[in-house]
Amino acid sequence: MSYAFEAEGLVKRFGTTTALAGIDLAARRGTVLGVLGPNGAGKTTAVRILATLLRPDSGRATVGGHDVVRDAGQVRRLIGLTGQYASVDEDLTGTQNLVLIGRLLDLSRRDARARAAELLAWFDLTDAAGRPAKTYSGGMRRRLDLAASLVGRPDVIYLDEPTTGLDPAKREEMWGVVRSLVDDGSTVLLTTQYLDEADALADEISVIDHGRVIAHGTPGELKRIAGSQTIVVRPTEPERIGEVADILRAGTGAEPELPRPGLLTVPVENDATFTAVVRRLDEAGIGVVELALRLPSLDEVFFTLTGHGAEEPTEVAA
Amino acid sequence: MTTTIRAAATPPRTGAPRAGSRPFGLARHSLSLAGRSLIKTLRTPEQLLDVTLQPIIFVVIFVYLLGGAISGSQHAYLEFLLPAIMVQTVLFASIATGVSLNTDVEKGVFDRFRSLPIARSAPLVGSVVGDLVRFVVCIAVLFAFGYAIGFRIGTDPLSTLAACLLTIAFAFAVSWIGVLLGVLMRSPGAVQGTAFLLLFPLTFGTNMMVPTDTLPGWLQWWVGVNPVADVMEAARGLIIGGPVAGPVTRSLLWTVAIIAVFAPLAVRAYRRRA
Repeated sequence: MSYAFEAEGLVKRFGTTTALAGIDLAARRGTVLGVLGPNGAGKTTAVRILATLLRPDSGRATVGGHDVVRDAGQVRRLIGLTGQYASVDEDLTGTQNLVLIGRLLDLSRRDARARAAELLAWFDLTDAAGRPAKTYSGGMRRRLDLAASLVGRPDVIYLDEPTTGLDPAKREEMWGVVRSLVDDGSTVLLTTQYLDEADALADEISVIDHGRVIAHGTPGELKRIAGSQTIVVRPTEPERIGEVADILRAGTGAEPELPRPGLLTVPVENDATFTAVVRRLDEAGIGVVELALRLPSLDEVFFTLTGHGAEEPTEVAA
Repeated sequence: MTTTIRAAATPPRTGAPRAGSRPFGLARHSLSLAGRSLIKTLRTPEQLLDVTLQPIIFVVIFVYLLGGAISGSQHAYLEFLLPAIMVQTVLFASIATGVSLNTDVEKGVFDRFRSLPIARSAPLVGSVVGDLVRFVVCIAVLFAFGYAIGFRIGTDPLSTLAACLLTIAFAFAVSWIGVLLGVLMRSPGAVQGTAFLLLFPLTFGTNMMVPTDTLPGWLQWWVGVNPVADVMEAARGLIIGGPVAGPVTRSLLWTVAIIAVFAPLAVRAYRRRA
């Protein structure tokens, strides 16, 4: 099996804080590895080591077969980095930012301009190309950051929490971008705090906590570990809640719960059950104001895996 | 504006060739990054205000307030003062390099550069070289103002040019100290404060305002070992006339020594900064 990047036993300490306590990460070529964890779990530290910005205290990592410490120069030719810590210059325009990076990647002036125009068009930033980046909205900034990391056509792209702080529509948009990068053959390392994001994008997910990988698998496998999904139904007419409960019981074989008046939840094993329930509600002519198949939250996954919640206030700034 | 990305399309990968390696990387990359500093300076010219207005204010205060008392004539004092003020101004301007560098590190712009296949020192060299333009602007403004109030060079244009170049070279060396501070310190404000604290005794502890022989003994000793005093002496000699060979030689030696010590230190600190 050919890995685009591979990390083994990475350890990193900052003073007395252990950011990484020996983690392994790897992604096959052309896939997305989701690194899921709360703030301070060590996600950014791991990305920074794989991006040659930090040296591990022990352990080793390779990108495209090149060691990130000994062969850092080679690694830098293969990677693109987008994240909280790799930023564009706010005083420069969109075009100037991308042309500068093109020039630093040894493109000719003409090629650098062409590449900048191409990327700005692709990220729908052509209208803003001549404005300083400090005038951009949050979503535009993210897109320019991402464009900047793509100038050199990297094989491996690190996206460190690319959607944190974006509204839902902008998140969906960013997901579309990630998917097309992978369709195009790139390998992506995506860190996120959101299970639904990892579920939507990643081929495999490593869940990390306190600098350790506490679970690894496909999204499906992880969801099975974390417990089932939940159907949530709120009928338009509260008096028909008994009928809804009957349909849910029949469809899932489990006993629905009533966490709040007028709202029913029931665990389900697979998506097909949900479709069946939706059909039966429709056949019975029951209108709904809320009907959803909910994934377990990151909190629930963490609770299952570690016995504690996901909120850990100690962010390791690195 | 609409912000729908054509997500169905694949990102553009064809077209320009893949990044390759060409010779003279450090020089080319540093120049590209110097261009960036220049764009930033031109975009916010108000950043130049302090370093251009401050020497004018100093000249006005010193010449008209103290000139009569110190030299007997304001005009004679202007001749004496202006070359030294030039050195001080350009040194103050060199602080900005460290400050803007610290801002880049804080904001993550340098992490982007560090993830690119360029020499680690290129962003530092680029900042320092890009700021040479600030020095030229400072000198031009100061000379224009000096001429307006009656300053005239006492030697020839070539010697004056040599004085300017010597000053710029020395400030270039000193800006590496600023770079070191910029990489080591935690905030742009701290860099600025520390740099001024260092530059005050170096620039005022000289014969800039009064001849050395009027100073108390301990201060005369300090002026004797202070490299800035050598540069001021050299600039004065080259612009209005006086001993040149000794101070110029000492200035050049200091310039080389400061670069030789602080440039590697700055690059090393930058490599280590996580």
